[in-house]
Amino acid sequence: MVNFKPSDEQELIRQTMADFAREVLRPGARESDEKSEVPEQVVRRGWELGLVQSSIPEAQGGYGDMRSAVTGTLLLEELACGDLSLALHLLSPRLLTLPLLITGTDAQREKWLPRFTGDDFKAASAALIEPRWDFDVGSMETRAEKSGGDYVLNGKKCLVPLAAQAEAILVYAATPDGLGAFIVEPGTVGVKVGEREKNMGIKALATHPVSLENVRVPGANRLGGEGANLQAVIDASRLAVAALAVGVSRAAFDYARDYAKERRAFGVAIGQKQAIAFKLADMAIEIDAMRLLAWEAATKLDKGEPATRECVLAKQYASQSALSITDNAVQVLGGHGYIREHPVELWLRNARGFITFDGLAIV
Amino acid sequence: MIDFDLSESVQTMRQMVHAVAEQMMRPIAREYDEREHDKPWDFLNTMWQVSNGHPIGGSGEKKPKGEGPSERNLGMCVSIEELSWGDAGLYLSIPNSGLGGAAVAAAGTQEQKERFLSRFSGGKPKWAAMAITEPGCGSDSSAIQATAVRDGDHWVLNGTKIFCTSGLMAAEKSEGFVVVWATVDRSAGRAGIKAFVVEAGTPGMYVTKVENKLGIRASDTATLVFEDCRVPLNNILGSPEVPKTTEGFKGVMATFDATRPIVAASAIGVGRAALDFVRDSLKEHGVEIRYGLSPHRLTQLERDFMEMEAQLQAARLLTWRAAWMMDNGMRNNLEASMAKAKAGLVVTLITQKAIELLGPLGYSRQLLLEKWMRDAKINDIFEGTQQINQMIIARRILGYSSKELS
Repeated sequence: MVNFKPSDEQELIRQTMADFAREVLRPGARESDEKSEVPEQVVRRGWELGLVQSSIPEAQGGYGDMRSAVTGTLLLEELACGDLSLALHLLSPRLLTLPLLITGTDAQREKWLPRFTGDDFKAASAALIEPRWDFDVGSMETRAEKSGGDYVLNGKKCLVPLAAQAEAILVYAATPDGLGAFIVEPGTVGVKVGEREKNMGIKALATHPVSLENVRVPGANRLGGEGANLQAVIDASRLAVAALAVGVSRAAFDYARDYAKERRAFGVAIGQKQAIAFKLADMAIEIDAMRLLAWEAATKLDKGEPATRECVLAKQYASQSALSITDNAVQVLGGHGYIREHPVELWLRNARGFITFDGLAIV
Repeated sequence: MIDFDLSESVQTMRQMVHAVAEQMMRPIAREYDEREHDKPWDFLNTMWQVSNGHPIGGSGEKKPKGEGPSERNLGMCVSIEELSWGDAGLYLSIPNSGLGGAAVAAAGTQEQKERFLSRFSGGKPKWAAMAITEPGCGSDSSAIQATAVRDGDHWVLNGTKIFCTSGLMAAEKSEGFVVVWATVDRSAGRAGIKAFVVEAGTPGMYVTKVENKLGIRASDTATLVFEDCRVPLNNILGSPEVPKTTEGFKGVMATFDATRPIVAASAIGVGRAALDFVRDSLKEHGVEIRYGLSPHRLTQLERDFMEMEAQLQAARLLTWRAAWMMDNGMRNNLEASMAKAKAGLVVTLITQKAIELLGPLGYSRQLLLEKWMRDAKINDIFEGTQQINQMIIARRILGYSSKELS
């Protein structure tokens, strides 16, 4: 039966995340962006929130909360509304733990999940994107060939978050039987983590190129085992982009709306002029539209129904809307929007990335 | 718990209504577009009998107090999407209490509801219309010039109303009624505007013109002239008092909170007709949409199609939300306008794009695509234009009064 109301528990989680985003992430956003670093206390407080531990079963030391894409969508929107870079840093372990929870084997879960339930933040990562203009999950250039009981990985990846400090990197690669993902530990022979990338946005998040040259990985490290279907992971990763895009858009909209009520021109607040007011109205519609598309895709994932189409459409819609909404937010502020004293230019730079990240399996 | 699956009863109803749309409406859609001022009486009579006093059109009723959540408005939106998928003009011409009934349901007393609405449960087909727009005012309904003057135990109406949907059927061709907006005190502005129920055939009410339109041609759009038209005192909806505030006007405007999701649902039906047709045509020509592929590797056609799909679904979810809020007794003024603004624009663009995608086939009157584009456009205009809805949304999100933002 159709229902637009989150459960009480989800509402509580959403509220907790909103508080954290407002009190911790947003105040740290500008400085982190300028310095390209994440403050230690943000990491500590983020870890205490249990973003990573919550959906890990109790048997593996987690809280054992039910994993839900809808809950994840609500959570991601709030965190991204605080700050996208900081949120992605805090969520990076989920790039490994969530795929393990979705399609990992029992042995893989038992081996890896307990590493992310300790007292301190432990980074993990995923290497999905490749440095070429026509990157496509369905036709990876990074390949994994079978060799005895092992796989041998070759290829180049980019935009790998926290690659230099990750406990493990989930490397996506084409295998003879379709798309596969491999848990690769740092220091494995042939893995080279390149110098930190310099990106237009999400500057506080450290990302690296990673090259793989004849990297030998045990068969046991293939996510879900041989022939495992990763569609659910890919779907979730696209949904995550949509949810994050809603959060960034909302941040920009809220700021532009408040500014429009303060800033005066021609004797009235600029929000009293239709040129600005109607722009804000359209932004408000689009934010709700993208959120509902993300929610719908999330309910399908939670029900285990085919959701590829919904996740793709939600992601495409949200990444385009986020760009136009953040751009409009800069426009509402005019010249002030272009100045780094206001955060809207940061949100525009961050939003530009959504079309580039094909997916982030963190929802 | 967030969920977008329709309940079984709504799904069952949807299937039934879809069968009506497919088997009864589609086959005559082109014919009654071309024969603009003729009525498809077989269809109208059948619909009247089938609906059996339960109008599929907007009843506009809020959730009765003390009752749990219902699915009345959501179910209505789902049904109306199906009917408009069949044909939007025919859907609008279906005999029922329509917008006039919505006003009575929203603002009438119990006695008025019984007196005016019970007629829709039997007898011959009837229509009820709403007359707001005038030659000199459309979106600015507070500038209404039509007057209502009290004379003994009657109100005397004078003025001209245009663009009245089903006005001909409601005023002259059935035992229905027209809800007419008029001012009882011009100096009072909005506060002086009241709604009056004028029974069909009341002396002094004349249909002087039926418009020729771009689309929705199966539905009549009438000009009504009122010349010393006398209606009983108790035909006024709401209080005859002119309050110091504009509360009364707001009450009448609240009707739109109920009807805008319905217009949005109808728009979505037209958009879906076009989208379904394009999907089927592409499939016939061996084109499948490859959802899993990176956008870089998609054809322009696939990208366009996916964009249309996402836009339409976004509009649908906004519409369902506005209806769901009503069903749950929540105020939906903002959300109703969002749904209407989004749906009206989206289907206008989708139907235009659909013609483009099918090239010369799309432009031909042999297919219904060009008709759907013409039909779609009205949704961007009536029940509050795109711009009026943007205005309402902007006022709500910025917290401005109509004085502060106009």
